[in-house]
Amino acid sequence: MTTPRDFKYVGTRPIRHDGVDKVTGRASYGADPAWPGMLHGFVLRSPHAHARIVSIDTKAAEAVPGVHAVITGKDLPETTATIALGEAAIDLRDIGDNVLARTKALYHGHAVAAVAATTIDIARQAAAAIDVVYEVLEPVTGIDRAIAADAPILHPALRTKGASADAGRPTNIASRMELKRGDVDAGFAEADVVVEREFRTPMVHQGYIEPHACIARCGEDGRAVVWCTTQGPFVVRDACAAIVGLDSANVKVVPSEIGGGFGGKIVVYLEPIALALARRAQRPVKIVMGRDEVFRATGPTSGSKVRVKLGAKRDGTIVAASASLWYEAGAYAGSPVGAGAMCMLAAYKIPNFFVEAYDVVVNKPKVAAYRAPGSPIAAFAMESAVDEIARELKIDPIEVRLRNANAEGDRAPYGPKYGPIGLTEMLETARAHPHWRAPLGANQGRGFAVGFWFNAGMNSSATVTLNADGSAAVVTGNPDIGGTRAAQAIMAAEELGIPVERVRSNVGDTDGSGFTDVTGGSRVCYATGMAVIRAAEDAREQLRARAATIWNVGKDAVGWEDGRAIPPAGTEKASPLTVAEIAAKMTHTGGPIVGRASLYAPMAGPAFGAHICDLEVDPETGRSRIVRYTAFQDVGKAVHPSYVEGQMQGGVAQGIGWALNEEYIYSADGVMENAGFLDYRMPVASDLPMIETVIVEVANPLHPYGVRGVGEVPIVPPLAAVANAMRDATGIRFTELPLSPPRVLEAIEAAAAVPVEA
Amino acid sequence: MIAVARVHLPSGLTRHTGGVETIDVDAARVPDLFAALRDRFPQIADRLEEMAVAIDGEIYADPGYQPLRADSEVHLVPRIAGG
Repeated sequence: MTTPRDFKYVGTRPIRHDGVDKVTGRASYGADPAWPGMLHGFVLRSPHAHARIVSIDTKAAEAVPGVHAVITGKDLPETTATIALGEAAIDLRDIGDNVLARTKALYHGHAVAAVAATTIDIARQAAAAIDVVYEVLEPVTGIDRAIAADAPILHPALRTKGASADAGRPTNIASRMELKRGDVDAGFAEADVVVEREFRTPMVHQGYIEPHACIARCGEDGRAVVWCTTQGPFVVRDACAAIVGLDSANVKVVPSEIGGGFGGKIVVYLEPIALALARRAQRPVKIVMGRDEVFRATGPTSGSKVRVKLGAKRDGTIVAASASLWYEAGAYAGSPVGAGAMCMLAAYKIPNFFVEAYDVVVNKPKVAAYRAPGSPIAAFAMESAVDEIARELKIDPIEVRLRNANAEGDRAPYGPKYGPIGLTEMLETARAHPHWRAPLGANQGRGFAVGFWFNAGMNSSATVTLNADGSAAVVTGNPDIGGTRAAQAIMAAEELGIPVERVRSNVGDTDGSGFTDVTGGSRVCYATGMAVIRAAEDAREQLRARAATIWNVGKDAVGWEDGRAIPPAGTEKASPLTVAEIAAKMTHTGGPIVGRASLYAPMAGPAFGAHICDLEVDPETGRSRIVRYTAFQDVGKAVHPSYVEGQMQGGVAQGIGWALNEEYIYSADGVMENAGFLDYRMPVASDLPMIETVIVEVANPLHPYGVRGVGEVPIVPPLAAVANAMRDATGIRFTELPLSPPRVLEAIEAAAAVPVEA
Repeated sequence: MIAVARVHLPSGLTRHTGGVETIDVDAARVPDLFAALRDRFPQIADRLEEMAVAIDGEIYADPGYQPLRADSEVHLVPRIAGG
C-alpha cells in the first residue's frame, strides 16, 4: 500500500529535457537524417478499395535508370507467427499482408509494390511503370453492408470468433464478445424511465502532425539498422525481423523524436518495406509518407454503430442497461470493440446489464490503436443516454452520476472489484467547481460527461548510471511523447536525492536499452517510471555500500537521508557523504555504479475523467464553438503536473475535433475523398479556448508514488460532453458525429419546421 | 501450499461450460489454473491464451506464472490494447 510521502522533486515543474531542441528545430525526427549512399523509396498503392491481384509485372520498373530495387508482397516471407505488438498478440500474417498486399487489395491505398531509386522522382516514375492487373470487386465500406446476408466477403477463411451460431460460415464479422450481469428484463421491468438510442460515429484518424518516415540499411552480413518515428522501437524490431526474415539480434531500431503517435505509431507500415528494399539494394533506403498516404493507409480508428438502452428509477438509480456495439476493424480483424464494451458501463453500479460487441471487417484501412481505443465511441453513446435520463428525471447530470458511481470494492462490469478509484471525489470536485454554476449566454449550452480507461502495465527496463561528478544518466526504451523524459528524471532525482537538473534522461535504441514495451496505454510514467525508481534504488544501495567501504563499516550500518550517506553513530572522523563525494571515489571503491531494473507491471488501475463543456451555436449557420471547457481527472499522482495538464488538454482538443468536425468521407466506390488537412478538419489553437484542468489525486497502490497513468482518459468524455452541450443549446439530441455545421443546421431547420404541439 | 482460487468466467465463455460461471480450482499459479480449466472445459482451451487475468483485482495482460494466494479471486478478462 502506498503511504503518504513528502516529495522533494515529484510534483515540481522543471523544464523538459528535450524542450530546447524541439522548439529550436534541432531535434531529429523520422524524416530528418540523410545517410551516405541513401536511396529514396516509393510505395505503389491500390487504386481500388477491393480487388483481387491477378498479376504484378515489375520488369519495366526495374529497367528504369536509377532504380536499384523493386519488391512486391511475394518478396516478403509469409509468416504465421504472432508477436506481442503493443499490448495484444498480433497475427503477423495480417500485418505482413497489410505492409504489402499478396493476393487482394483490401482498401484504397493498400500497398502493393515498392521501389528504391536514386531520387524520389525516379522512384515515382518507376512505380508508375509497374503493371498490376486487378479484378475489381464490390467494396464493403460500412457496417450495415458488411453484415448484410449478400455482402461481399473480404476474407473467405474468416469465421466469427466467439459466435454460437453460423460460426462455420464465411463472414465479415471477425468476433463477438459479451458481458452480462443480473436479469436485464427484470431490471427494465422495474425501471420508471427507459431511454433507448442508436449512435453512429465515422472513422477518424489520430492526426499526428509527423507523417510516418524511416530509413533502413542492411549490410552484406545481414545486420540491419532502422531509424524511424515510432512509439515502440522493440515492436518495430521484432515485427521487421519476422516479416523480412531476420533474427531480432540482427536488427537495431533507433527511435527518432516523435511528432505524435496516439497509438497510430505502434504498428509497422514502411519499416519492413524500407528494410527489404535496403537489403536488396545494399544501400540505405528512406521512405516518407505524404499526408494522403497517412490518411489512406495508416491507423484510423473505427467507424461505429452503437445501440444503448438504459432504465432508471425515479430517483435516478440506473437499474438496467443493454447495448450492442459494432465497430469497423478496417481491412483486417481487430477493432477495439471489446475494450469499448468493457469501458462503456465502467463508471456505473448497474445490477442488470447485457452488452454485446462485434468486430466487423470493411474495405477501409486497418484500424490502429487510438488513445483509449474503443472507449470514446462507447462513452459517446452511454454518456448521451445518461444525459437523457437526467433530463427526463430533471436531476442534475452530476448528481445522477454520483448516485450510480462505482467506488472501491464495487465490481467492474468486466469482473474484478475496483481498488481505490477517484470517481466520486472527481465528480464532487466538478460539482463544486465554479464552471458548473457559471451563467450561460444566448445560444449556449452546457454538457457533462465522464470517461474511463484501464491504463496498462507490461514490460519496462531502466538503467541509472552515476557519473564521477555526482550527476546521473537515466536510459529507458520509451520514445518521449508527452514529457516522459522529465518525469523519469524527476523520479530518479527523488530516489537519489540529487537535483533534477543533474539527471540526464535518455531514450535508448533497441541495443542500448533493456526490452521495453511501447509508449502507449498510459503506461510510461507508471510502469517505466517504476523501473526507473527501482534502478535508482539499486544505484542508491550501491552508493551506500561504497560509503561503507570508505568508512570501513558494514553496509547495513550506513543510513541514507536526503541524498547523503549517513555514517553509523560513533564512527570516528566520519561525516555524511553526498552522492557527488561517493561518486568521485567510484574507481577506488569497486568501479562504476550502474543501477538496473526490469519488471512486468500489472495494469495500473483504472482512471476516470469528467468534463464540463460550454458550447455556443450560431443558429443561422449551424457553426458551433467551444467557449469554455474544464477537464477533471484522477491521475493518482502527478509527477510533473505541467505534462499531466498537457495530456489532459491534448486529449480534450482531439476529442473536440472528433465531436465537431473530423470524419473520413468515402465515395460509393470506397475512395476516401478528404485525405488532407484542408478537407479533414482538425481543431487548431485558434478554434479552442484555454482548456482548464483540475488534477485529482487518489493514489494507485500499485505504484510507489501512486501514479495511475494519464494520457488516454482525457479523450474519452469530450464526444459526449460536446454532444450534451449541443443538446442543451439547441434542444436537439444528436446521435451521429461529427456535429459539423451542415448537420447541425439541417437539424435546427428541421426542428423549426415541426409545428409545436399545443 | 495449494491455493483454492475462485475463478469467474466471462459470459462469452459460459456457453462452452454448460452455463458454469464460477468454479473453484486448486492451483498455486496461473498455468496450473489454466491446465485445470482446459481439463474441465476443453472447448475453451484456445480462448484462454487470449485472456488477461485479474487476480484479486490486479489485471495482468500476460499472466505468465503469477502465483495465486489462498482464496484468490480470479477473473478472466479480454485483453485490451492501449494507444
